[in-house]
Amino acid sequence: MRFAAAVLAVMLTVAGFADAGDKPAPRVAMPTIKIETGDACVAPTGEMRRDHMKMLLHQRDGTVRQGLREQRFSLKHCIDCHASRETGSVLGKDGFCSSCHTYAAVSMDCFECHTPLRQSRTAGASR
Amino acid sequence: MSPDRREFLGWGAAAAAVAALAPGIRLIELAQARSPQEAASALKRWGLLIDSTKCADCDVCVAACHEENGVTRHGRPETDAQWIRKVNLSDKRTGYAQTLPLMCQHCEHPPCVDVCPTGASFKRDDGIVLVDKHTCIGCRYCVMACPYGARSFVHETVSGQKADVPRGKGTVESCTLCVHRVDRGETPACVEACNRDGGKAMVFGDLNDPSAEIHRRLRSEPSSQIRPDLALNTGVRYQGL
Repeated sequence: MRFAAAVLAVMLTVAGFADAGDKPAPRVAMPTIKIETGDACVAPTGEMRRDHMKMLLHQRDGTVRQGLREQRFSLKHCIDCHASRETGSVLGKDGFCSSCHTYAAVSMDCFECHTPLRQSRTAGASR
Repeated sequence: MSPDRREFLGWGAAAAAVAALAPGIRLIELAQARSPQEAASALKRWGLLIDSTKCADCDVCVAACHEENGVTRHGRPETDAQWIRKVNLSDKRTGYAQTLPLMCQHCEHPPCVDVCPTGASFKRDDGIVLVDKHTCIGCRYCVMACPYGARSFVHETVSGQKADVPRGKGTVESCTLCVHRVDRGETPACVEACNRDGGKAMVFGDLNDPSAEIHRRLRSEPSSQIRPDLALNTGVRYQGL
């Protein structure tokens, strides 16, 4: 019994060292976060990661119902900066929105209706 | 110069500057569209005046609308979305034929808003009747309630939408009076196309603004609503019907 416990302890220690040494590949592919244009977002990164959906929700009601078309938190403005340079889209395998949302397993309905494509080539770059 | 005198002159200069600049600021405000931070105001009521005697036998308004709003057809007229259509009227006795565009009439008391179970169908403060597709569940009560047959249901997956005009399967849609253009201070696409390539039959403007052409013409010329018996007080008015 004591021998078995010792063997187990050794095995666990070895496993622990191996884990600390070279990082094993994660079970799911990590999201690609590639920001192509613009140096600063409309809010700090942490806040954007936590609260971007709240900003979009707030802006959407104001825009549709009251006609408030401030550019700052508009989905169009997000897409103009964050769309991929190759595909011009925020969707697709490495798309800014879809890669993170796939990783987090959170489905988004925005692009059922809204276009995921950047509208103007210059809009993002000129910021 | 005593400090009192200096102060007095300073105030005088400030007052003169305000007097000189204020009318200019007012002019800029009149010339430009509403700012993006300003909500649509109930002081305005957007409307259209369509002169059916000038309406040519063309469909530039329909083409322009569907181009502007990214409304694509699938060759299935029964189910394809339709924001504006040309209606042909003819008097059977005399044979007098007329053609006119028909779209959402932007009623003051819209039946589509009354029946909507989720509040998705709504009237904006400036009189534009819209569908909030975020809350539309696609029940189509509004399609049935509209006496003008102005609303369409999107039956098929949509791609290639315009950035200003999101459209998606499972929601109801209709003429928005090109609300994205109106908010930029432009006129709806149909009006622009009619005045450029068509019969110059359409006028867009604020029904409440006494200086607007539409207000002047409605005041001085005969006009009518479609189905005035329903007392919906439509924002789209016709002449020559």
